[in-house]
Amino acid sequence: MNEKIAKKAVVVDGQEIILNGEKNILEVAKKANIEIPTFCYHSDLSVYGACRMCLVEVEGRGLMPACSTSPEAGMVIKTTTSRVLQARRMIVEFYLANHERDCTVCERNLNCRLQAIAASLGIDEVRFGEREEKLPRDTSTFSLVRDPNRCILCGDCVRACKEIENIGIYDFTQRGSQTKVEPAFGKKLSEVECVYCGQCSVRCPTGALVVKSEVNSAWEAVLDSDLMVVAQIAPAVRVAIGEAFGLPPGEITTGKIVAALKKIGFDRVYDTAFSADLTVIEEAEEFFRRLQKGERLPQFTSCCPSWVIYAERNYPFYLENLSSARSPQQMFGSVIKNFIYEAENTPREKIVSVSIMPCTAKKFEARRPEFIHDEIPDVDIVLTAQETIRMIKTANIDFKELDPLPFDVPLGAGSGAGVIFGVTGGVTEAVLRYAYERLTGQELKEVEFKGVRGMDSTREAEVDFGGRKVKVAIVHGLANAQKLVKDMRSGERYYDFVEVMNCPGGCIGGGGMPLEYPDYQEVLRRRAEGLYNADRLSVVRKAQDNPSIKFLYEKWLKEANSEIAEHHLHTYYYSRRRISDEMIRIQEAKSAQKVDIAVCVGTSCYLKGSYDLLQELLELTKEYGVEDRVSVGATFCLERCTEGPNIRINEEVFSGISKDNLRQIFEEAVLSKLVAETH
Amino acid sequence: MRFENREQLEKYIIELKNKNGKKKVLICGGLGCLAKGAEEVLDTFRKVIEREKVEAEVEKLEESPHLVKTGCMGLCEAGPLVRIEPEGILYLRVKPEDVEEIVDKSLKEGEVVERLVYQEKVNGEVHYWPHLKDVPFYRKQVKIALRNCGSIDPQNLDEYLARDGYLALAQVLNEKTPDEVIEEITKSGLRGRGGGGFPTGRKWQFARVVKADKKYIICNGDEGDPGAFMDRSVMEGDPHSILEGMAIAGYAIGAQEGYIYVRTEYPLAVKHLRKAIEDAERAGFLGDNILGSDFSFRIIVREGAGAFVCGEETALIASIEGKRGMPNPRPPYPAYRGLWGKPTVINNVETLTNVPIIMLRGVDWFRSFGTASSAGTKTFALAGKIKNTGLVEVPMGVTLRDLIFGIGGGIQDDKKFKAVQIGGPSGGCLTERHLDLPIDYDSLSGAGAIMGSGGLVVLDEDTCIPEVARFFMNFTQNESCGKCVPCREGTKHMLGLLQKVVKGEASTSDLELLEETAQVVRDSSLCGLGKTAPNPVLTTLFYFRDEYLDHVVHKVCPAHICQAMKEYRIDPEKCRACAKCARVCPVSCISGRPRVPYVIDQEKCTKCGACFEACPFDSIIVEWRKKEDE
Amino acid sequence: MEIEKESLVLSRQFEKVNAILRKYSHNVDNLIAILQEIQSEYRYLPEEILTYVATALQVSPAHVYGVATFYAQFSLEPKGEHIIRVCDGTACHVKGSAQILKAVRENLGLREGENTTSDLMFTVETVACIGACALAPALMVDEEVYGQMDEEKVQQLVDHLLGEGEKVDAV
Repeated sequence: MNEKIAKKAVVVDGQEIILNGEKNILEVAKKANIEIPTFCYHSDLSVYGACRMCLVEVEGRGLMPACSTSPEAGMVIKTTTSRVLQARRMIVEFYLANHERDCTVCERNLNCRLQAIAASLGIDEVRFGEREEKLPRDTSTFSLVRDPNRCILCGDCVRACKEIENIGIYDFTQRGSQTKVEPAFGKKLSEVECVYCGQCSVRCPTGALVVKSEVNSAWEAVLDSDLMVVAQIAPAVRVAIGEAFGLPPGEITTGKIVAALKKIGFDRVYDTAFSADLTVIEEAEEFFRRLQKGERLPQFTSCCPSWVIYAERNYPFYLENLSSARSPQQMFGSVIKNFIYEAENTPREKIVSVSIMPCTAKKFEARRPEFIHDEIPDVDIVLTAQETIRMIKTANIDFKELDPLPFDVPLGAGSGAGVIFGVTGGVTEAVLRYAYERLTGQELKEVEFKGVRGMDSTREAEVDFGGRKVKVAIVHGLANAQKLVKDMRSGERYYDFVEVMNCPGGCIGGGGMPLEYPDYQEVLRRRAEGLYNADRLSVVRKAQDNPSIKFLYEKWLKEANSEIAEHHLHTYYYSRRRISDEMIRIQEAKSAQKVDIAVCVGTSCYLKGSYDLLQELLELTKEYGVEDRVSVGATFCLERCTEGPNIRINEEVFSGISKDNLRQIFEEAVLSKLVAETH
Repeated sequence: MRFENREQLEKYIIELKNKNGKKKVLICGGLGCLAKGAEEVLDTFRKVIEREKVEAEVEKLEESPHLVKTGCMGLCEAGPLVRIEPEGILYLRVKPEDVEEIVDKSLKEGEVVERLVYQEKVNGEVHYWPHLKDVPFYRKQVKIALRNCGSIDPQNLDEYLARDGYLALAQVLNEKTPDEVIEEITKSGLRGRGGGGFPTGRKWQFARVVKADKKYIICNGDEGDPGAFMDRSVMEGDPHSILEGMAIAGYAIGAQEGYIYVRTEYPLAVKHLRKAIEDAERAGFLGDNILGSDFSFRIIVREGAGAFVCGEETALIASIEGKRGMPNPRPPYPAYRGLWGKPTVINNVETLTNVPIIMLRGVDWFRSFGTASSAGTKTFALAGKIKNTGLVEVPMGVTLRDLIFGIGGGIQDDKKFKAVQIGGPSGGCLTERHLDLPIDYDSLSGAGAIMGSGGLVVLDEDTCIPEVARFFMNFTQNESCGKCVPCREGTKHMLGLLQKVVKGEASTSDLELLEETAQVVRDSSLCGLGKTAPNPVLTTLFYFRDEYLDHVVHKVCPAHICQAMKEYRIDPEKCRACAKCARVCPVSCISGRPRVPYVIDQEKCTKCGACFEACPFDSIIVEWRKKEDE
Repeated sequence: MEIEKESLVLSRQFEKVNAILRKYSHNVDNLIAILQEIQSEYRYLPEEILTYVATALQVSPAHVYGVATFYAQFSLEPKGEHIIRVCDGTACHVKGSAQILKAVRENLGLREGENTTSDLMFTVETVACIGACALAPALMVDEEVYGQMDEEKVQQLVDHLLGEGEKVDAV
């Protein structure tokens, strides 16, 4: 007897595809081996539906966007009809007519979605002229360059910053053909709340948002025989650089990268996983101390610079909770500039420390004043994976064919624990491997803590530390971190230790990693797998077993959290202004001798009631009859967020203002000045 | 007073109706009449009546009503309009100076002031039509959506009640289940009056079956089509009918909240709607447990902020959510997932205002008007080169000829009819061959046009068609939200090409490119605005290709509108070679020598007219370029 | 006197901003209504006020800026005390609104690119349609509509607005 199987199926270009929960026609078409082109579709972002590249013809319904249309049983879909082709070609002409077309001098030359689609369609003329408007490029940050002339208004950056970061520095502005994508009021990136993470540039299909290149400085350094150029390679980078040379994502090419760098002219190549091991020990010991004393908990990791700057701007109440340990990049920089140079017999000024990172925010981190001494930064140059690839290509190296070389001694390699820093959950797992042995005194046989692995946005685990149960949480994606913090502040959830990574997937999803289409999520999974494989292939898998680490402590640091360690491997944090200087004028003094008062209405102070204080202040000026000699305004951040509400009287900032002390401060700090001036 | 149940309402309505019959003076307070001085006329009436102490109606409800300021009466061309009830006399172009005479003759003596009534020339003779129901403009109209407009004071709840106001809601809440309401609306054949013509009952059904904790009704009052003011008139002139319609719709789908999204350019509509909501809440027609049932419903007014695209459903929703008014791909449709992700029914003002009367009079009554595919009536705003501009309502199926020449009175100055633009910037042109087309959804779409919201602009022989297309494309381009590429860039390029056409700079390949671009924009845009923006271009190219070719090939504008198609020539007989023209020419295209007549280089001339202004001897001739064979 | 007036205005305005935010429950869904009320208070939307609103509503300034620049009603530049809106809807256009606009701008002495008179008294805008199609070509001065305009009437109207002429009939 024939079984009639009821099947839900659609037909794509004549091929029957059985539906299996695909959420849109794009996914169905993939099963028919058709890769429908898109600009504005990302499987991890909300659907936008505006680029119109993915239009297909559905029988009976006309042209429909494949990214936002759910497949329904019985649909007959054609991905290439004359209507579709006519539309696709002309739409690309529209894009090109409004795009800066000097591809040969663009950062994304040969690696650009627009180029790829135009080429695949065989566009050989643009009947709509050229772009006339020339807008200035924004090079105001260390990490990113924004070129609005190359923007195709797909909105990927808008959605990335809103949904992944929950910051939203970009939005669409104006309307119609005047539409732009830009930060508020057309400001520069350095003037808004950008955390430099580069998630926007990862999603950008053209050269509108690219990594700011330090390649020129790097070439200058390696080609200068006078200088000793020392590189450190971050874990995440080693499973991704191969992608630019035809190797699959996740393939471990550490040895080849070392070889390539040596060919280019780097004098020493080290492993950031080594300083990751350092971080494990320093941070874990700090954690134990806090656990013992029961203070400054929860402890948050601090190796992610985007997370750190976000916390400095928004979570003044948690600044004490961030781990004081520096990030592996900065620890290594410090080791190079304070220890290695001696071993290398080279003066400090002649050592150039270069880090090879998956991350654009690291470029900002390296320039934090705390990490620069006597005008010499601990890390001189930060190269992202993309820039490293560029250098390898410029040097005409056949990467695939290279024989691998090992890292240099004495700080050669990191342990497997250090290597997994590059994936979300890696730091936690590395710390757990150390903590177990340190606190129980027993050897850890099973080193893999599968419970903290995975791509779920927030994961939690409970670990038994010698009797004391410790709750840990791992979160990646800044928006998810914000939710977690909110829950923790409201008391809904509590953890003792929290690992925060800004980028989805952890550092393997960083802003400086090679750009991949079309299945980014699959790439992240493979890179993560690659790191875990590298861990498995490591001889040493725990930070405490790393002989180089033991060596460093012996020779230099003495012990974890020692004074030397505190000085060179730890740091501090401070409240930062969220938005640039702006003032709302509320009362204007007219006389030449006057006092200027600014009341902070930034989020923290605002929530603490600074607006009411502002009103009281105005009343006070009326009461004392000095309205014409006291200017009052509202400003956005006086950078004392933990101590707010804050007010600034002339140049001095007063913190902890309340209804109780306002009058006194007014009399002491304002009236006295006015009296003085009349004398 | 607050109504707790249906019986109370019915009793009150009967009382009100018994009170009626007094003499009333209704003065049109529609925008057109207001701008022409209706307030002054109203004031003069008030003064004169007080002085005369005649028994006519005044605005205050506490005293017996005499004088009423109503919503739009429709014949905007001839405002200020004044009606005398119960006789039903209509006076046109009333000035304050006329008031005394009207009070004397019509209010006191019951006579007609002939010079102020509608006049029509028939076979050389002037015919007077003093009674509104006989006036040719009104004769063929059937007022269903506009049933109260122009007859009641929109800010007075009692006047709405006296015309069976909120009776439909009371009956529905007492006698019908939500499913029954939907069934009736479906059977009535009511279709979306905003332009889409989607069957209203079916839309409600979609929303009804979705399980959700909240649902919404939205009234789309974002009438953005330039030239359309039907919805405005209903919102200003009969706001309660909209509230009642929304409440019934809310009951039908299971919504507790409704929004009326009104253009901010309609401040009077906003004011009247807000007042109506206040009054309705006080009287118990909105709020909790309406008329003793367990149905609760509240309505909030939201103002637009100047974006035509917000008339599109998903953009409207985005705007109510406080965002940029950018549309979203459909599916999912708002009835399934709309405002804040909940099932939402969005209906046009006119659609909603039809709902109470359909429920009250029944399906058969409604279907007795209109055609099989399009039951009921449609309001239209007649504008352009037509004698009787104004607001009309006709049964579906009436022909364009009836509308334009019958009700509209024909072309202004008796010029020749050229085309009628229907559906605003999203619509198409219909020409002479369509004059006998019945106006209903299916016939129009068969002719490649859309009903649109009801704006009808009549064009005569002095209208330049490519310029009209350029005008509409300019509008659409300005209003494009910018989200999707075809609309954002495509309309920009189409506008550029049309500008070339009217400037005489286009080539035939430009025309081909224009047509191809129009097709792509229509096929691939994300929302209705982009999809229909090419309609004026495509329809005019289809019906008036010759006129386009005149502009493109011959550089001639037959309607004498496009300034670039003028030619400036110097008459050699008159020219004295004074060189004044050459000196002022901004492009130095005039050349000559002393005592030899100067010559203008036609290739370089920009038609600025400076030479014409400068010549002291009137020797510059300005002519419209003609085709070679003319 | 002037000092007091300006200070009063400034502080009253800022107080109003906070009153508006409270009225709409600090709910970002009401952003458009909030901006509308702020604009009628300030006659435009000052940048620092928009930033303040973003902080108070806990959204990014870019979001508020994006909404403020989308809708034609909002202006980030100060507008004049009186707004003259010349209608360019279909009916008015067909009856010559372009000439009316030109006449208004010329009579007010506005240069190309300028929309507001230098004394901040008048701003001239075009609107797509004010619904007075029967009176085309029409324009509005604040809330008052003037219909069936021609160049002469425009001159009379502007003279009157500048305080140099008699009141003009609306039609």
